[in-house]
Amino acid sequence: MTMQHKTAHELHSLLSAKKLSSLELTEAVLSRIDRTEPKVQAYVTLTKESAIKQAKAADERLKNNDNVTPLTGVPVAVKDNMCTQGVLTTCSSKILANYLPPYDATVVEKLRAAGAVIIGKTNLDEFAMGSSTENSGLHPTCNPWDTKKVPGGSSGGSAAAVAADECILALGSDTGGSIRQPAAFCGVVGLKPTYGRVSRFGLVAFASSLDQIGPLTKDVRDAALLLNYLAGHDPKDSTSVDYPVPDYQQALINDVKKMRIGYIKELLGKGVTRPVRSAVEKAMKKYQELGAELIELSLPSFEYAVATYYLIAPAEASSNLARYDGVKFGRRSNRSPDLLTMYYNTRAEGFGSEVKRRIMLGTYALSAGYYDAYYLKALKVRTLIKNDFDRAFSKCDVLLSPTAPTTAFGLGEKTADPLSMYLSDIATIPVNLAGLPAISVPCGLDKGLPIGLQLIGRAFAEETILRAAYAYEQNTDWHKQKPKL
Amino acid sequence: MKIDVDHVAKLARLGLGPEEKKLFGQQLSAILEYAEVLQKLDTDKVAPTSHAIPMSNVLREDKVSPCDNVDDILANGPEQEEHMFRVPRILE
Repeated sequence: MTMQHKTAHELHSLLSAKKLSSLELTEAVLSRIDRTEPKVQAYVTLTKESAIKQAKAADERLKNNDNVTPLTGVPVAVKDNMCTQGVLTTCSSKILANYLPPYDATVVEKLRAAGAVIIGKTNLDEFAMGSSTENSGLHPTCNPWDTKKVPGGSSGGSAAAVAADECILALGSDTGGSIRQPAAFCGVVGLKPTYGRVSRFGLVAFASSLDQIGPLTKDVRDAALLLNYLAGHDPKDSTSVDYPVPDYQQALINDVKKMRIGYIKELLGKGVTRPVRSAVEKAMKKYQELGAELIELSLPSFEYAVATYYLIAPAEASSNLARYDGVKFGRRSNRSPDLLTMYYNTRAEGFGSEVKRRIMLGTYALSAGYYDAYYLKALKVRTLIKNDFDRAFSKCDVLLSPTAPTTAFGLGEKTADPLSMYLSDIATIPVNLAGLPAISVPCGLDKGLPIGLQLIGRAFAEETILRAAYAYEQNTDWHKQKPKL
Repeated sequence: MKIDVDHVAKLARLGLGPEEKKLFGQQLSAILEYAEVLQKLDTDKVAPTSHAIPMSNVLREDKVSPCDNVDDILANGPEQEEHMFRVPRILE
């Protein structure tokens, strides 16, 4: 096995034993990128020079045993909606194509402090709005398992980069499934932490009551390891919660005896393809063999989750994206004779179709005369969805479902019908509405395409889902499967 | 369902071409029709959730701190003049 195929915890052992230098590892990842990136196109910006510099600095730290962390010297990819000082942060949008942030996002600052090597910025659906990365205003990304398929989205670039071994770890953001669904489609691990667990300072806002940053990795241990460095309160993000951060690696115990796992009836019925259902049922059987107690649970409000989400998220987006007006950053239209025309033309030229569609939808849902019928109604249904989760968690410790109802679909297959694209998030959206943590782990392959298993926990119970995911992973081989690129 | 696309686009300060107006008109109608399922639910006695985690005002000390990257911030503006962002004329 080549070194870029390894996990961060494997590489950390080699790095700290001086059997490998960060420079060698970083160069191996960069040359892997040279070979596979023309097919995958996971990145929008590569930071080769600064990566080499960071690798050399990490080697100094390793040599002197100075403040070495499990991330020191490990190449990480960052989704391009997180600010990196002096490095383009485009959100894969034409409107931000030249944006050079004057500061680092808190998560990026934390990566740097831990000695990680930032290898580049990954592609996404423009402003993280989408489920396939096809809405990128720059270029599409291909699924490393089959380059005619989408990698999922919106963190499609990060998921594809991890799957293609074009990085060791990656950061994604998840508003309605944008970490978990691409993780499922690309056969990697993706964790969306509890709302408030990770600072979003420097994450370009999409839907502020839903957005959360989390890891995309090659196995569950790496997800725990990376979360250790992301989690925690940040005075710069007033929605981050001041709640103790455990060592998530301590949660990795290969034992689920007596754990009560509830499987969600509504997410194993119609709308879920047979291969996905059968893979998830096999995972349920595996948990039973391992001594967990399986319980069928019904969450009837799930039927309403997609409609609820597609009113709330666009409403928040329409407000958040009002800042792209051609004044303080981003592009301004050349046709700007007066202020109002400048707004109209700047936004018309800078935004892609999906972003415009959601701004329109959100503006409509918030507009006078429709606010109560759409936005307020959706907020009330959100309460019902949250209540359903509360009821379910009075009977179980972890909820289980497929991450996505299908495997990766074809490039171009769903772009003409936005609603069919929205429905691919049916299993992930309720989790964001309730602010809960959830993880996707590989649980099967169908016609050479990965299938993801979703495990959902109570608020701030990342340890429980990590333990359940780890036990599953230790007793199966799906996470060891690699695409042939 | 019929949506006044021109009105919504104006509220959103979004310039749309005739093709886009037609397309968005159709697509938004389809999405809102789908969202009609919510009307089936009786939510009269349900309180709205705007945040998943209960949160009240988060305040910090009102203290001035230095901002030493003004030039980098200004450099992102499409047009600047004398340490300010420049915009087209607003008043005649």
